[in-house]
Amino acid sequence: MMAGLIINIFLLALLVLIAVIVLRSSRLYAVIVMSGAYSLTSAAMFVNLDAVDVAFTEAAVGAGISTVLFLAAMAYVPADEKPSQNRNLLAGLICVGAGALLLLAVFDLPTLGDPMAPVHQHVAPRYLAESGSALQIPNVVTTVLASYRGFDTLGETIVVFTAGLGVLMLLAGFTRTVRVTPVSAKTASAKKLAVRSKKSSATPKRSRA
Amino acid sequence: MKQNPVFRVVAKILFAPIIMFGLYVQFHGDFGPGGGFQAGVIIAAAFILHALVFGLEAGRQVITARVNLWMMALGVTTYGAVGIASMARGGLFLDYTALTGSVVSGQHIGIILVEFGVGLTVTSVMLSLFHAFAGFVEDRAK
Repeated sequence: MMAGLIINIFLLALLVLIAVIVLRSSRLYAVIVMSGAYSLTSAAMFVNLDAVDVAFTEAAVGAGISTVLFLAAMAYVPADEKPSQNRNLLAGLICVGAGALLLLAVFDLPTLGDPMAPVHQHVAPRYLAESGSALQIPNVVTTVLASYRGFDTLGETIVVFTAGLGVLMLLAGFTRTVRVTPVSAKTASAKKLAVRSKKSSATPKRSRA
Repeated sequence: MKQNPVFRVVAKILFAPIIMFGLYVQFHGDFGPGGGFQAGVIIAAAFILHALVFGLEAGRQVITARVNLWMMALGVTTYGAVGIASMARGGLFLDYTALTGSVVSGQHIGIILVEFGVGLTVTSVMLSLFHAFAGFVEDRAK
């Protein structure tokens, strides 16, 4: 219990440190690498909270693929962020005010891991009781994700699919303007050829007649 | 990075184990942490490593844009088809128990198929995102 608390405090302090570095740095390579480190630290925190599946996703997606995609996109932007000169006092006040309200709201939440919290009273007990014995699938996360909440996961998969299609259309040239022109030119010339061959085949017949 | 032998050797050694690990995460998701989303990202990472070390063109030849597009669609279709199949066997949409009639085997088969569809879509979407971003300038120049 004590060790878990100390690890949590250490990881949270590390997260704040990384966040400050990301905010202060204007070199985009450093920002990308630090945001990868941020994801990895959060993954370690999720492991400490016993949320192994979430930690796994965070490490693979946040620290792995996102960093690589950001680095690939870095090729098209300058290496340094533009220094911003204007400091908007009103925006700063709104941010601090909203942050204070959020902090205030935290005290109304049930404590972390409280079994009597409303979120653990609705359908969760049924899932936990059924998954291991009735379905014989020990990992409850998988049964909730793929079976009990199968519709949601279908929606998520469609979102991933649509996002991929969108990027392909915008960046990789999977659009009509690029694709159709050479094809229509080909079919047009093929039609011309067909017309010509018809004409040439028609003329000798006539001469024969 | 093609010239550096260290990168080349490490990439060649790691490529197959990463895919093996991805498949383990994919098909062991019922019993341990993991599932289609994580496995898809891990398998895509193997191909991205290959493309980073051996060049984007070599990577695009391993899995072409057309194959990627088909795999993306096939994953979503697999997921939907499992739902339709359970409807066809008298259950509700995505009611895996109807697939075989028994709770245990029906749910196991349904979850494995559905996770496979998720993994397929995520792998190919991640891979085509990388191909699209990394080759954007070269593609425009053509």
